[in-house]
Amino acid sequence: MSGLLKTEPYIINIGPQHPSTHGGMHVEAVMDGEEIVDVIVHLGYVHRSVEKIAESRTYTQFIPYAARLDYMATNLPAWGYAAAAEKLLGLTVPERAQYIRVIMGELSRIASHMMFVGSLAIDLAATTGLLYCLRDRERIMDMFEMTSGQRLLASYMRIGGVSHDLPEEFFPAINSFLADVPRMLEEYNGLIIGNEILQARCNGIGILPAETAIAYGVTGPNLRASGVDYDLRRDDPYGFYDRFDFKVAVAQKGDCMARLMVRLEEIEQSARIISQALEQMPEGDIIGKVPKVLKAEKDREVYHRIESAKGELGYYLLADGTDKPARLHVRAPSFVNLMVLPIISRGGKLQDIITNIATLDPVLGESDR
Amino acid sequence: MENLIINLARTLSGWLQQIGLSPFWADLVLLIMQWLAIILIITLNVLILIWLERKVSGFMQERLGPNRLGPFGCFQTIADTLKLLTKEDIIPSQTDKLIFKTAPMFFIIISVLLYAVIPMGKDMAVVDLNVGLFYFISIGSLTTIAILMAGWASNNKWSLLGAIRSVAQMISYEIPLAFSLLGVVMITGSLNLSAIVAAQSNIWFIVLQPVAFVTYFIAATAELNRGPFDMPEAEQELTAGAYTEYTGMRWALFFLAEYTNLVAVSALAATLFFGGWQGPFLPSWIWIIVKTYLIMLVFMWLKWTFPRIRMDHLMSFSWKVLIPVSLINIVVTGVGIEIFKGMGW
Repeated sequence: MSGLLKTEPYIINIGPQHPSTHGGMHVEAVMDGEEIVDVIVHLGYVHRSVEKIAESRTYTQFIPYAARLDYMATNLPAWGYAAAAEKLLGLTVPERAQYIRVIMGELSRIASHMMFVGSLAIDLAATTGLLYCLRDRERIMDMFEMTSGQRLLASYMRIGGVSHDLPEEFFPAINSFLADVPRMLEEYNGLIIGNEILQARCNGIGILPAETAIAYGVTGPNLRASGVDYDLRRDDPYGFYDRFDFKVAVAQKGDCMARLMVRLEEIEQSARIISQALEQMPEGDIIGKVPKVLKAEKDREVYHRIESAKGELGYYLLADGTDKPARLHVRAPSFVNLMVLPIISRGGKLQDIITNIATLDPVLGESDR
Repeated sequence: MENLIINLARTLSGWLQQIGLSPFWADLVLLIMQWLAIILIITLNVLILIWLERKVSGFMQERLGPNRLGPFGCFQTIADTLKLLTKEDIIPSQTDKLIFKTAPMFFIIISVLLYAVIPMGKDMAVVDLNVGLFYFISIGSLTTIAILMAGWASNNKWSLLGAIRSVAQMISYEIPLAFSLLGVVMITGSLNLSAIVAAQSNIWFIVLQPVAFVTYFIAATAELNRGPFDMPEAEQELTAGAYTEYTGMRWALFFLAEYTNLVAVSALAATLFFGGWQGPFLPSWIWIIVKTYLIMLVFMWLKWTFPRIRMDHLMSFSWKVLIPVSLINIVVTGVGIEIFKGMGW
């Protein structure tokens, strides 16, 4: 039949405006019927020249921009930037502030992973799953509001510490949240993950081999889902992560299901870290001795990396002697992770592209910067 | 109460003959009145259904659902309909205009035609056809053509993909749908829907034919293009599939037709497996409404919990699971009937 009938691949443009691209992303899919021949990812639709803006802002002024990089886990990119600036300026952070950062950072990670589960559910058309995840994420948003006054984009980190101390009402809220985490995960398991159709659509789909993941520089949960046991919180500890007892979630298969399971496990582990941090947290200052005007000596440069919700988030800062950086570069995990989309999608079906995008969990604000 | 609507029709026809119309013309007028009644019922049902679907999904998702317009937001659908009616009617320049315009009309006409044979109460089928079930299935399968028309005429890759998927899906699921109904037909020995209802006066066919009901239900979900089988629309992949290029009232007609089909298929399920209009105390036409709505609630429940199945899984499920199961069911039913006959029941 194929000899008689002349067929040729055709191109489908998924995005830049499309219900399930997680933001302004353009995926050009070369299709043969329902089968994917190739995928070309076009990025840059959410480019806001964040790195250039940094050159015209003082070190402190950039914090809200950093918080808007990965808006699903707002405290993590802000923390990474603040830590990089502290390294550059040679500032120390009080112990209490470090613990608060760990708590808020891990809460952000949980929020981001909850959003991951929810958006995977809605990308597979299980609308109800999203709402259940959003409902639980809402409690984290409430806690952000208590501490920083903002819900989604809490510019809570400061160079040298954090902006406010944890208020009274924060502790009952977080304790009840942590107590409810197992119940929430059970509910996701029942409603979303246990579903036969979801299993069929995730198991063995979008397999990312470990070598490919390493070759492309994939980091974070996506790397760990491919069986590579690598987590900056353990392997290059920053903050106080060496003081906590937690397990690095690793899955072996590298398919969409593995990426989902790693995130679920990480929600559990993050909850463990938070409860340990709450126990260990001493009284004290929440911000160190920071000069009124922050200036770093000329040509001093630092690179600081953290394990954000999406992977290795690195900041490169170069000082020029003024109160503004000469250059800021963000190593965005979403950007690097997205580059394997063509590899894991080839040979699959059209619907698998959507599952693959959802499980790579990109945040376009971060990847496009 | 029981004969309220039938008496109404009788009074009307008597009154028509009184004013001097010949019996032929009186029948014709009555027929037109019946069609108008069906269209009224459909519109009313769809209005309620859209509101109900939003409320049910809201309940399932811990939201409120529509609650601004009228008590419990029950006028929301009316406002939405007005909005859709007043929207600009956009027909993209590269479309096949004639087919593009006729597709939604074709779809809604087919959906309305389905209602001709469904007994909406005791003696209340518009046409008491002796091949009613056959008529229902054959008319129902025409909806594929409407979706194919829409997808083809839109001249859009999403639409075409949606239409192709829909054709593949509907052809595959028509077979188990028809096969699943054969068990009931074998027991009753009739394709007439009123006769099938009458045969259930002692026992509902859901008890005798549980496998057939499950296959029918799954195949019907696929035929209705409802989640988890909403391939032609597939918002997450195909934006809006076959309906991507439609706006305003044309788009609303597709919506209307899909809900109309939902009512028809659920009413058929109630007729075939749940004793149709039979039930104690209440008038027959209330019973069928209650049963139909309960079945529709199950459809909604499924749609709002399940993710969408993948296209190739969908096809293999039909050919490798549903069709063999429904064939086995036919054989088992046949053997069962013979055994019962042999035992002299």
